[in-house]
Amino acid sequence: MSVRHIASLIAVAACLALPVLAAPVAIVGGNVWTGTSQGTIPSGIVVIDKGRVVSVSKAGSPVPLEATVIDATGKWVSPGFISAFSRTGIVEVDAEDATDDTSAGSSDYSVALDAADGFNPDSTAVAVTRVEGVTRIVVAPEASSNLFAGQGFVADTSGGVDTEISRKAFLLISLGDHGAALAGGSRPAAWAQFRAALDDAGAYPARYFTGNDGTALGRADAEALGPAARGEQLILIEAHKASDLNAIMDFAAANPGLKIAIVGADEGWRVAPRLARSGIPVIVDAFSNLPASFEQLGATAENASRMMDAGVTIAISHLGDSSHQARLAVQVAGNAVANGMSHDDAMKALTTAPAEIFGLQGLGVIGPGARADIVVWDGDPLEITSNPDVVMIDGDVQSLTTRQTELRDRYLKLDERTRPLAYVKP
Amino acid sequence: MNRISLAGLSCLALILAACGGSDKADSKDNITVPKDPFPSTYAPYPNPSVFIANATIIDGTGALIEKGGLLIEDGKVSAIGKDLTAPGDAKVIDAAGRWVTPGIVDNHSHLGVYPSPGVSAHGDGNEISGPVTAEVWSEHGIWPQDPGFTRALAGGITSLQVLPGSANLFGGRGVTLKNVPSRTVQGMKFPGAPYTLKMACGENPKRVYGSGNYPGGSPYSRMGKVAGYRESWIRAADYKRKWEKYENEGGDAPMRDLELDTLKGVLDGDILVHMHCYRADEMAQVMDISKEFGYKVTAFHHAVESYKIADKLAEYGACSSMWADWWGFKMEAYDGIKENIPMVHKAGACAIVHSDSDIGIQRLNQEAAKAWADGKKIGINIPEEEAWQWLSLNPAKSLGIDGKTGSLVPGKMADVVVWSGNPFSVYTKADQVFVDGALMYDRSDAANRPVMDFELGQPGEGDLK
Repeated sequence: MSVRHIASLIAVAACLALPVLAAPVAIVGGNVWTGTSQGTIPSGIVVIDKGRVVSVSKAGSPVPLEATVIDATGKWVSPGFISAFSRTGIVEVDAEDATDDTSAGSSDYSVALDAADGFNPDSTAVAVTRVEGVTRIVVAPEASSNLFAGQGFVADTSGGVDTEISRKAFLLISLGDHGAALAGGSRPAAWAQFRAALDDAGAYPARYFTGNDGTALGRADAEALGPAARGEQLILIEAHKASDLNAIMDFAAANPGLKIAIVGADEGWRVAPRLARSGIPVIVDAFSNLPASFEQLGATAENASRMMDAGVTIAISHLGDSSHQARLAVQVAGNAVANGMSHDDAMKALTTAPAEIFGLQGLGVIGPGARADIVVWDGDPLEITSNPDVVMIDGDVQSLTTRQTELRDRYLKLDERTRPLAYVKP
Repeated sequence: MNRISLAGLSCLALILAACGGSDKADSKDNITVPKDPFPSTYAPYPNPSVFIANATIIDGTGALIEKGGLLIEDGKVSAIGKDLTAPGDAKVIDAAGRWVTPGIVDNHSHLGVYPSPGVSAHGDGNEISGPVTAEVWSEHGIWPQDPGFTRALAGGITSLQVLPGSANLFGGRGVTLKNVPSRTVQGMKFPGAPYTLKMACGENPKRVYGSGNYPGGSPYSRMGKVAGYRESWIRAADYKRKWEKYENEGGDAPMRDLELDTLKGVLDGDILVHMHCYRADEMAQVMDISKEFGYKVTAFHHAVESYKIADKLAEYGACSSMWADWWGFKMEAYDGIKENIPMVHKAGACAIVHSDSDIGIQRLNQEAAKAWADGKKIGINIPEEEAWQWLSLNPAKSLGIDGKTGSLVPGKMADVVVWSGNPFSVYTKADQVFVDGALMYDRSDAANRPVMDFELGQPGEGDLK
């Protein structure tokens, strides 16, 4: 099983032998949002075998005789949602430092910090996120010792000891107010640090033969920056202000070999046409509509839809509390629809867009050959009153039990006339 | 809950009686404590008669009226029901396919005291000079130009309580506002609303003072916190006795003490206690403390574990002001569940949806909808029109203003939201928001969307240009 933990993007695309139901499964009768050219299929039939989608077809199509049927009549069927930016599973309780592996302000390292080293699939937040229909989480560290937050990863939300982890899926750096403060106190300092660090990565290992000091980075960090500096790894940049976004696009234009995406971008709508032309995708929180800081003065609830209209690739996430409440990305997407985005685009922002940004092949769609991350919902997935009835990861039906449901079920049986509640085990 | 209403009314009477009062003696020998030194200057804006026709109306008391009408006259709800016709002078709004509800009352906000932008210069919500600061008042920290007020208005918030933060055992007085922009805080104050007192349980006070970074020296533990509450109430009881002795027997008036003025106000029943408390066991102990000193906790805030003691809360008569689904950010929030609100409601206790957030306050209807749906999923079936009490009437009760707002009953303030559809849907937005019958927000008309000073000439200029 250790092969699952090997750091490689290839692992994401590889077909790994997760536990699957022995017989094929057919999800029948649901309103199937495919995320493919098949669009939305009313009363569709989705056949799954060996962890993959075998076929997606209209009502009346044949269902394999040996298939286990999941009746989805009156329900919706969607690809498992992908949390495009989260800290799920790397912090258990934010206020308890020992349980928090998101940041390391006192560390001597930055680029080399690999968030996957802190991932705990047993974290209660993983299951809590899963039961809301999120089957994959993109997890990022938090910039704390300098503008380089470190290496992010992608994991499934099965919560199992054999959870699939794709390490070093991207490098996160912070270039807004936060990054400026960490780099020494200004945006010029942040950009100087960023450029010097890229030089260090380019000069690695030669200049480090004689010592351990680059201009901006030590040996381990310079080495870790190599893939991003060579354009082999996605660089995800946190920024909001229009002028910062322009600076990033200037930088991207000057370094066409680099792979860049932006997270935040509250003023993205102001430079949306250029973002679209540059092909730089954006991960956005459609809740963010307040001038919460001087880099967010242009924030508007219509930001996501305006950028989408301009042709920017948009993924939606809940950036407000991305550790325990990454699940709220679904509500955020619903609000994006309320503020001008089409339902279809909002669904894509939770599925195909993050899959595209992070290179997650076979995820985010329900189509022949796709990995069977599938959710059956009791209503429109983006509607706040809807909940998942079935969550499947790689064809494996997942538990909908969490620590929260256990607490709930205990206290629903509140009756201590004969025994304390501690004896009630849901 | 009647008791709370009565407390509010009696307080109002006292406030009115003290109107224009001052520190100076009313008569030669009689010194009094002014109850309202920063009186409200809010007055409703022009409010021509409006008749909202063909609406699905949630009246706020628990009833649903299909294809109903609502008549607003002189800023008040004038009539509500099925077979109403518009008087000739009323402007008619055809609300076919749309829903009408009472305005939302958020009883836990820090708008103004932690405004946008969240710069250090604006952090005026916690007086961390000591763990007992009952002498400070949130209204003195409010920046009325906070753009957050306008975003909340767009979400249907017509009244809100702005509280001090939770760093202190006694954080200071809270204030209830009408969500109408004003140059001054006094211009927003809800006329006649009683004062409130913010208190805090749990981790925050001991995190702040136990760290040793701030003066005060305690509490380091939950033990120290309970001792801190009790010591303060003992001093307040003594202060109250001195004033009563003076009022009954004359002699030298006691020396005024701002901190004890507030605590005495609680013991007198004039000031309502709103207590930040997450854990069930702590709430149970706080209820005992209140009995020891003869006051009442009106509402526990956050109350993440209320579902564990919903029976005890119902028996005591405290409201729980809750989020739909926040959890896990600290140990006392670790046991948060999505069904807290419906489970509290089902136990017959008073449930309130609150925000504590400049983002959450913009969509409290969605927060209620999530909780409603999560209850339904486990068989707690609460009609939507009953669940709306979490958003308007119950928070109004907790603020002592339920006699004036919180439901669409004739005679009450016409604080009304016209929604584009069912407000339990994520796709629904507030089309129009009336405060005291005046149209203060209209989604389709930029002229009726306020923009605060701070946003003028800036890139956003009020969210939706």
